[in-house]
Amino acid sequence: MNCQQTRELIHGYVDGELDLVKSLEIEEHLKDCQACAQMYQQIRSLRSALAGNALRFDPPTNFERSLRSALRKQDDSNTRPALLRWRWLPVGATLFTALVIVLAVAGMLRRPSTSDVVAQEVVSSHVRSLMANHLTDVVSSDRHTVKPWFDGKLDFSPPVKDLSQQGFSLHGGRLDYIDNRPVAALVYQHGQHPINLFVWPSDGAPLISQTASVHQGYNLIRWSNEGMSYWVVSDLNLAELQQFVQLLQEQNQARAMR
Amino acid sequence: MRSSLSDQSKVVRFEDLALQHLGAAYSLARWLVHNEHDAEDLVQEAYLRALKFFSGYYGGDSRAWLLTIVRNTCYTWLQRNRALRQTESIDDNLEEAGLDFADPEALLLQQLDTQMVRQALHDLPVEFREVVVLREMEGLSYKEIAGIVDIPIGTVMSRLKRGRQRLHTLLANRMGKEANVELSANA
Repeated sequence: MNCQQTRELIHGYVDGELDLVKSLEIEEHLKDCQACAQMYQQIRSLRSALAGNALRFDPPTNFERSLRSALRKQDDSNTRPALLRWRWLPVGATLFTALVIVLAVAGMLRRPSTSDVVAQEVVSSHVRSLMANHLTDVVSSDRHTVKPWFDGKLDFSPPVKDLSQQGFSLHGGRLDYIDNRPVAALVYQHGQHPINLFVWPSDGAPLISQTASVHQGYNLIRWSNEGMSYWVVSDLNLAELQQFVQLLQEQNQARAMR
Repeated sequence: MRSSLSDQSKVVRFEDLALQHLGAAYSLARWLVHNEHDAEDLVQEAYLRALKFFSGYYGGDSRAWLLTIVRNTCYTWLQRNRALRQTESIDDNLEEAGLDFADPEALLLQQLDTQMVRQALHDLPVEFREVVVLREMEGLSYKEIAGIVDIPIGTVMSRLKRGRQRLHTLLANRMGKEANVELSANA
């Protein structure tokens, strides 16, 4: 790691937000570079000047009591007249959710057998990759290493994105076999959660907008664009998985616009 | 009767969950709006809103949930009162030139008094101030801050970086002035 990279990441290092590998690289660099080591010390002293309770504002003495009475007052005036409405809200919400699920499933099952079979294969492949300790064939967080690795092994070139800045670090890639064809599996990591992203050409199949489902407790999201089919599977919660998908799609769009 | 019992326990449940974060909520509001009375009003408004939304809260980090509501309430107030015009617009892709920790003279921050640090933080644009407060005083992670401020994690790091750089520069300037004053007083 050089000075510029260190300066880029040093705040993440000071805050304990970097992964182990990057932290070690920074520590190595700090041993050798006096200027960066001094900067590190300065940031640490600044942090200690800000930390603790000295700069925190404490609420005034009677504030909690007046807040409690305001909360109870609002609760009294709100709940009674609104009781009927609120009581039916969960029922309405449940019906609405059910309707959304039915519509989503109906949309997904336009070709029911195939997509269900593929979902099953995707989940099985994800589980197998974790069990056999065969998550990746090429381990690298550098997309320039992962992408060429697929050349010659597949008859297409999967888009490989680096999203480590956004908290989804690229772990590596491997070959897999899904829907009767070889596919690219890209492995990302978010916290403790591995994410498998499967990519293959959609071969003229109709475009699919983003669709989420749950199989055997794993969250799945599928979509297609620019002639590629994407399936992403993880034990990560749906909201964060959707964020991951969003980031991938944004990167794709940025690439298409260039 | 039955309903009033369950309502009662809803407020109690809310209070158990939310009042333990009152210190963090008040301190954040105070750092955002700079004024004791406004901070009290806004925290109360935020807590009343939180109680309203409480039926939609399905567990998770209650502190982050509450601080998000407090922060948004304060931001709405700042915008309404045009207090945001005091701040420059923040371009997160910008690298700040000329601001770095690599000064030739090291700042002796041990010599800083609390009042000076408080004033420097007070003068920081609100976008930097809030991430510094959430990180340094409340000890939140990048991910929690990203959720509260509604920005990507990478932006949390770059705002912290720029916030700290600016604080450092502000403090270095003030230290310099003070040193000069001392020098002229001795002369």
